[in-house]
Amino acid sequence: MAVEHPAAAPPGDQTRIHNIGYRNYDGPRLGRSYATRSLYSQSLRGSYGLGRSVKSKVLPMLLFAVMCVPAAIMVAVAVATQANDLPVDYTRYAIIMQAVISLYVASQAPQSVSRDLRFKTVPLYFSRPIETADYVRAKYAALASAMFIITAAPLVVLYVGALLAKLDFADQTKGFAQGLVSVALLSVLFAGIGLVIASVTPRRGFGIAAVIAVLTISYGSVSTLQAIAESQGTTDAIAWIGLFSPITLIDGVQSAFLGATAASPGGVGPGNGEGVVYVLVALGLIAACYGLLMRRYRKAGL
Amino acid sequence: MYDPTVARLTYRALLGRRRALILSALPVLLIVISVIVRGLVGTDDQTAADLLGGLAIATMVPIIGVIAGTGAIGPEIDDGSVVYLLSKPVKRPTIIFTKLIVAIAVTMVFSAGPTLIAGFILNGNGQQIAVAYTVAALVASIAYAALFLLLGTVSRHAVVFGLVYALVWEALFGSLVSGARTLSVQQWSLAVAHEVTGGSMVTSDVGLPTATVLLVVVTVLATWYAGQKLRSLTLAGEE
Repeated sequence: MAVEHPAAAPPGDQTRIHNIGYRNYDGPRLGRSYATRSLYSQSLRGSYGLGRSVKSKVLPMLLFAVMCVPAAIMVAVAVATQANDLPVDYTRYAIIMQAVISLYVASQAPQSVSRDLRFKTVPLYFSRPIETADYVRAKYAALASAMFIITAAPLVVLYVGALLAKLDFADQTKGFAQGLVSVALLSVLFAGIGLVIASVTPRRGFGIAAVIAVLTISYGSVSTLQAIAESQGTTDAIAWIGLFSPITLIDGVQSAFLGATAASPGGVGPGNGEGVVYVLVALGLIAACYGLLMRRYRKAGL
Repeated sequence: MYDPTVARLTYRALLGRRRALILSALPVLLIVISVIVRGLVGTDDQTAADLLGGLAIATMVPIIGVIAGTGAIGPEIDDGSVVYLLSKPVKRPTIIFTKLIVAIAVTMVFSAGPTLIAGFILNGNGQQIAVAYTVAALVASIAYAALFLLLGTVSRHAVVFGLVYALVWEALFGSLVSGARTLSVQQWSLAVAHEVTGGSMVTSDVGLPTATVLLVVVTVLATWYAGQKLRSLTLAGEE
């Protein structure tokens, strides 16, 4: 309903402002936390291509399937052969599938932040009532949740299968819980590293390559050095070298505290003292990623 | 067949600003690790072969190949600025060929050079190991650049597919299914390296004739098909 604007212009003055009936918004204002939650759910859906084109659904769904199919096969084998235990530990599964996990975070982290930079939509977000911290938290939480879904889903498959195969309930539940804690840590760590790298470049392709390069090259060099340390008999060094790549960091944490056997050469994992260092480094890395992201988005002009 | 202007633009796209620095991070890391290993172990032929084979050939060359190969054309197609290039009176196969040459050169410089240096640091080219892996890196650079350049013209997700090939197919399936190794650029290049140096430290699962034929066929076919793709390129909107 347009408010009638009395034409109060004095006679003789030809300038007037026409009221063409625009109205102010007087509905409920949902505020900052609502905007943050929306950004979170949109980013999370976007990580699996939901709400985007068919083409962009292909890759995340394919990687999700690749993550779950081996688990299903293992369960099928365990049920068919009446095995007493699953062929892999819950904590070991993510380490085996690390190439797929790396590809997922490398493809989805730039999808989440690089396109906002490239199409200069970041200032538009900040014209809403959200702050830098809200944007960073929403994006970080969304990618971490997406990572958790893709890493925890195969564990759920394994767990359900183990229960169907009538394996020991208490034992399996304990292993499952340990596995969940480990993949939760992995998700947050990988999401942080991926986002920090991806937020530097507006080029999606370059972001993907950079993330994957950091993840695989660090793992490649660390495992090479560990293999050399093992063949030289300096097994003490193996645990310390493991601190320098994300996946061996997770492996160290879970072999120190979550009952996993270390995947490093010779099966040498960190003891409890070294394990504390591992946990501190992992948490420190996560905090550093968060801090770097906050710094990156401090200037809205970008 | 070679257009210097296109080449100059591609070099700038690949190495301009800070990109050369970022790209050289990988080679520097390889050399640093070689120095550390040399300090820890001393000269050991097996260690040198493991490090060069596992880190340089299996990981570094494909990743640099992906960055250079797809980076030579992918971003231009992605942001649509390739139409300004295509509207010039330059044959499209010429554009592809020029970009291929640039991608090969960049991949070679950033992968084969450091491999040679790392090899000399590790064991001073004992048993020709450094030269063998450098030859492998050189040969692989050509095939990877051609392959990933083609991917860049075919798909918007070229980098991902390139990495899936390099990491999942060559590394993961290659180590599980031996048949997958026959179709692996890495193994073909190792076959050539084995023949060139005749050493026993560098081995491949593929015979030399197969490897050479497949290398040439893949490179030529990929380049030809990339030229054809570029002739009928349609620019899709951003999804």
